[in-house]
Amino acid sequence: MNLRRLRALVRKEFLQILRDPSAIAIAFFMPVFLLLLFGYGVSLDARHIPLAVVVDRPTAETASFVGGLERSSYFAPRFFPGMRQARRALGKRRVDGIVWLRSRFSRRILRGETTSIGVFVNGVDANNARIVEGYLEGVWQNWQAQRALAAGQPLVVPVKGQERIWFNPALRSRDYLVPGLIAVIMTLIGALLTALVVAREWERGTMEALMATPAQMTEILLGKLIPYYVMGMGGMLLSVAMAVGLFDVPLRGSFAVLLLVSTLFLLVALGMGLLISSVARNQFVAGQIAIVVTFLPAFILSGFIFYIPSMPAPIRILTHLVAARYFVSILQTLFLAGDVWPVILGNSLALTLMAIFFLGLTLRRSHKRLD
Amino acid sequence: MPARIWALAVKEFLAILRDKKSRFVLIGPPLIQLLVFGYAATFDLHHIPYAVYNRDPGFASRELLGDFQGSRAFRRVATLTRDGQIAPLIDREKALLVLQIGPRFTEDLLRHRPAPVQVIIDGRDSNTATIALDYVNSILLAFDARWARDHHWGRPPTQLVTRAWFNPNLRSRWFIVPGIVALLTLVVTLLVTGLSVAREREQGTFDQLLVTPMTPWEILAGKALPGILVGAVEGTFITLMAVFWFGVPFLGSVLALAVGMLLFLLAAVGVGLMISSLSTTQQQGLLGVFLFLVPAIILSGFATPIANMPAAVRVLTYANPLRYFLVIVRGAFLEGDGLRALGSQYWPLAIIAGLSMTAAAWLFRRRLR
Amino acid sequence: MVAETTLTSPLRLEGVRKRFQRGKESVLALDGLDLDLAPGQVTGLLGPDGAGKTTLLRLAAGLLRPSEGRVFLFGREGGAEDKDLQVRIGYMPQRFGLYEDLTVQENLDLYSDLQGLDPEQARHRQDELLTLTALGPFGKRRAGALSGGMKQKLGLACALLRAPPLLLLDEPTVGVDPIARRELWEIVQGLRAAGTTVLMSTAYFDEAERCDSLVLLHQGRLLRQGSPERFTEPLRGRCYRVRHADERRRALRESLQQRPGVRDARIVADGVRVLTGPEPVTPEAGERWEPMPPTFEDAFVDLLGSGGAGSVATASAASPVSVGDAAAETVVEVKELRKCFGRYEAVKSSTFTVRRGEIFGLLGANGAGKTTTFRMLCGLLPPSGGSLRVAGVDMRRAGSTARARLGYVAQKFALYGNLSVDQNLAFFAAAYDLGGPARRAAMARAREEFQLAPYGAVNADDLPLGIKQRLALACALLHEPTILFLDEPTSGVDPLTRREFWQRINALAAQGVTVLITTHFMDEAEYCDRLVLMSRGAVLAQGSPTELRTLAQSPDRPDPSMEEAFIQLIEAHESPLRQAS
Repeated sequence: MNLRRLRALVRKEFLQILRDPSAIAIAFFMPVFLLLLFGYGVSLDARHIPLAVVVDRPTAETASFVGGLERSSYFAPRFFPGMRQARRALGKRRVDGIVWLRSRFSRRILRGETTSIGVFVNGVDANNARIVEGYLEGVWQNWQAQRALAAGQPLVVPVKGQERIWFNPALRSRDYLVPGLIAVIMTLIGALLTALVVAREWERGTMEALMATPAQMTEILLGKLIPYYVMGMGGMLLSVAMAVGLFDVPLRGSFAVLLLVSTLFLLVALGMGLLISSVARNQFVAGQIAIVVTFLPAFILSGFIFYIPSMPAPIRILTHLVAARYFVSILQTLFLAGDVWPVILGNSLALTLMAIFFLGLTLRRSHKRLD
Repeated sequence: MPARIWALAVKEFLAILRDKKSRFVLIGPPLIQLLVFGYAATFDLHHIPYAVYNRDPGFASRELLGDFQGSRAFRRVATLTRDGQIAPLIDREKALLVLQIGPRFTEDLLRHRPAPVQVIIDGRDSNTATIALDYVNSILLAFDARWARDHHWGRPPTQLVTRAWFNPNLRSRWFIVPGIVALLTLVVTLLVTGLSVAREREQGTFDQLLVTPMTPWEILAGKALPGILVGAVEGTFITLMAVFWFGVPFLGSVLALAVGMLLFLLAAVGVGLMISSLSTTQQQGLLGVFLFLVPAIILSGFATPIANMPAAVRVLTYANPLRYFLVIVRGAFLEGDGLRALGSQYWPLAIIAGLSMTAAAWLFRRRLR
Repeated sequence: MVAETTLTSPLRLEGVRKRFQRGKESVLALDGLDLDLAPGQVTGLLGPDGAGKTTLLRLAAGLLRPSEGRVFLFGREGGAEDKDLQVRIGYMPQRFGLYEDLTVQENLDLYSDLQGLDPEQARHRQDELLTLTALGPFGKRRAGALSGGMKQKLGLACALLRAPPLLLLDEPTVGVDPIARRELWEIVQGLRAAGTTVLMSTAYFDEAERCDSLVLLHQGRLLRQGSPERFTEPLRGRCYRVRHADERRRALRESLQQRPGVRDARIVADGVRVLTGPEPVTPEAGERWEPMPPTFEDAFVDLLGSGGAGSVATASAASPVSVGDAAAETVVEVKELRKCFGRYEAVKSSTFTVRRGEIFGLLGANGAGKTTTFRMLCGLLPPSGGSLRVAGVDMRRAGSTARARLGYVAQKFALYGNLSVDQNLAFFAAAYDLGGPARRAAMARAREEFQLAPYGAVNADDLPLGIKQRLALACALLHEPTILFLDEPTSGVDPLTRREFWQRINALAAQGVTVLITTHFMDEAEYCDRLVLMSRGAVLAQGSPTELRTLAQSPDRPDPSMEEAFIQLIEAHESPLRQAS
């Protein structure tokens, strides 16, 4: 190991990064862009759901129920004269659901009989439909309880769930999406960008020239690792700053731990990037492989958006090979829960093993030879 | 000259299909994505790991817990005996939620007193938490209704009767898989068209092309055709996979989907050619495709409803061709829509297609100057 | 170390074979090669495409391992991972890996550090090399923005930073103009004086002759090794310069080439150079045969054949164009043509005309504006000023029909790499509006005349360079253009293929096709009817090859070769600028 050679290689890499607009785009523009997009564009928290309300015969009872809907911030009720019109609106996706109070509604309530409230939801977006359903149940239960209270005989429900939501009591989806996104961004810089730049060296013949110099393979590899490590950490810090500063995501864990696990994950990502480029010495193919084996899994199989225990068993097993899975778990814990050592240590161990595996394999595969 | 356009289109096809790597790019990743997305991308919860801390010796709690045990959505991972065991379990993500039942649960219920069940849930993944709470609530509701009936609590004044149209069991796979049809069609089309001009520029064949009698329009048309065809073939294949492999019902009109797909492909090809005209290297092309693709997917309603987005972002989605095509695909699959029902989605797509094609042609000609 | 170098051979190969897996088949690039390099000498490595030159150099640099046999460097076996050996070897790959985003200075700094030069030493050496290569004024320019020849010079400078005991150069002079080539050669000479052993592959015969020793490879085997004289000596008495009172050189060459007993005929300064077989050939009436000393080119042709010249000569590339008053009709007219890229003036006020049926050459140093001029003529770039007319129209504004009249072969043969030969032909035929029977006829003709039939199903990328060039030319000629633009069509192509190529061009010109061509090979300039010499964007001189040579005559050089003329004219024009730098 010769420090001067290493320094020269690192400096070269930085100069290239600074002068290559696409590297800057991936390293600085993409993180900001993705964070803004996810921070503002993606939300599973429904507000003002358009809801069709059909009241066959308006009475005081129907008015009190509809009043509950109107007061709820979840719904934006719209009145339709009949079910035919409401169905059409639902079919045209103008409303997400219909609440139908039939003509016998008030009569039966007043007689003390049980009457039903018809609810129709558009099941196409199953998740959204379930959320609409849940919110409606809440409004309905409230209304029943209040009616009973007004009548002087508080409604007694046998079992009621008392929810205690830890870590994210308001269940803001931003608070869990933004930390997860950091994993995606670091994958982008660590694996995709690195794979592309090394493949470019092969394509342009600069790798052959480097190999003919006294520079050792470890120096050449470190010459790539160090600059992109710095870039990746830069991307991470930028993302954390945006998450905390712009999106008000709490950071409950310690910053030092964040730096440490980020380093671990970045080493895995860099290892994968270097390995990919040593297999595919062509930018187009390297880019494709990097997207398929690192970027997409970081998105879909990491637990960042989709819940891993719900996946079918073969895919659940597959997720154990996805480094982002461990990192996302640590990140969500660090941001929302704090330094929960069992989570951090377990996942860090997995990341360490993966880093050793990928970097070791890269080192083994890299010879100063062309064949 | 149609002959020249055709010749260029044939050449483009050959260039894509003869190369093992690019052939793989068109077949491999989409297939992997379809399978992984189809199976992994679901908001339905199964096997939610939960723990029970039951201090009640009575039968009522056993009955309630039996309901959870019988549900496929839940999987019991631990039975606790101490209060202090709860926190570590949740902290370590061993269980998503803990059901805590007080010591007088059965007694209270038998005395017609409300008996609470405490649900302690990990809110780190807020979406999963929301859905899981929903599941818990519906089990509790069902238990309540049964208990009230069996133990003479009096009938509740009203009940909510919910029916979900188009997807009665609320399977999110029915929602996601048709979405993948739209998504992958877009990805493939953009990859084919977005890099095609840049590739020729890099290889130097572009000049060779320009000195032939071909006009810029012909070159564009020749480049557009393969994109449309590859996209259509891939789109059709994924549609068939959705129906026959994933078993998503196809209730609407095939023609309505075909018309929508054609318009969508035109729009996508227009965008792809715009990216292509702007980029000098394939790397730039790839980056351009990526920069368009990511927001296009996120702001399309593919995974999260457009209605949840802030107003300013919502306005942006009107320019997104994927937004309209998603409605068309889902409409044709699940809602049984025909040509007329989807009319409102066709014309924005047609406008986007026209604009993007014109812009591509303009950019293309400008770059030649 | 000096003692050691004189004792042991810096590079010795023993029975080296090298196999490559290409798809399913295995290709034998080197087939039992034995080689021993004398220390302190400059050894030239020659051979046609695919002879195994690059493989040999990579083996020597330790970047490849032999499949069989042994490679010794300074008496030791060891690859690129042997640090001691690595320090003693300098290697410059064919496409030298310059970092295009880095400036000239930054590239030099990087390689100085990698070579382990101490800063003081590095600065000194860099200054020396920058002066030698005349790159001094471009220190702050990005390598990507340099012209081809300048990149090549910078590449060499990077490889030479620490004068190594063994220097391996893979075609260091490809695409480099004569001046730069001469400068590069001077650098190599300087190294030899310092005791460095140099092994360099080259496609230039004049360079070969200046080497101390030559290695001729063919199909992975060593054909012959020795001093240039060892190659040429056997040919003494078989080389002549033939002149004819009336016949033009091109016609004379055709007639000589056909004659029995003539191995090779090629155009030189003021006549045709002939290599005969062992038996003497009797001259025909009107011809003057003058014995000449043999050159390495003669030896090369004698050993490897002249590249299917016979078959080419009989072939007619396009159906004869009605040659009217060929000498009078102006086909290309360029008046005060200018082109600026930002503030940089690539072409300044160049004026020339080309007549029908002429072979018109554009010569000039790297970055003189030749390619830019070509691109403007073909309508690929808009001029910043002046006027140009090709076949009576401005290509920029002309429609498809006008473009159908010209053929264009870009630098580095722009072909669709993963399309087969036949598919390339079919595409270009259709692009030029040839349909149905016309297309089939054109393709059949191209396959036959360019001998492409055996390669029909092979991807263009997998073709040897020479065949690629043939295919590029075939594609550009499918529609029988009346004007042909060729931008450095022979750069990097082996000598035999180059001759074959020129025979085709001669045949085309004979049929009335106007050919505009740029080249760095000065022997090729002799084939042209008229030449334009460009320097830094301006036309420096124009006229026939003889006229240009006359311009460069001086008392101490009464009969300059084209190359000497070129260097003299350019230097006279540029020297104030070069010195200023």
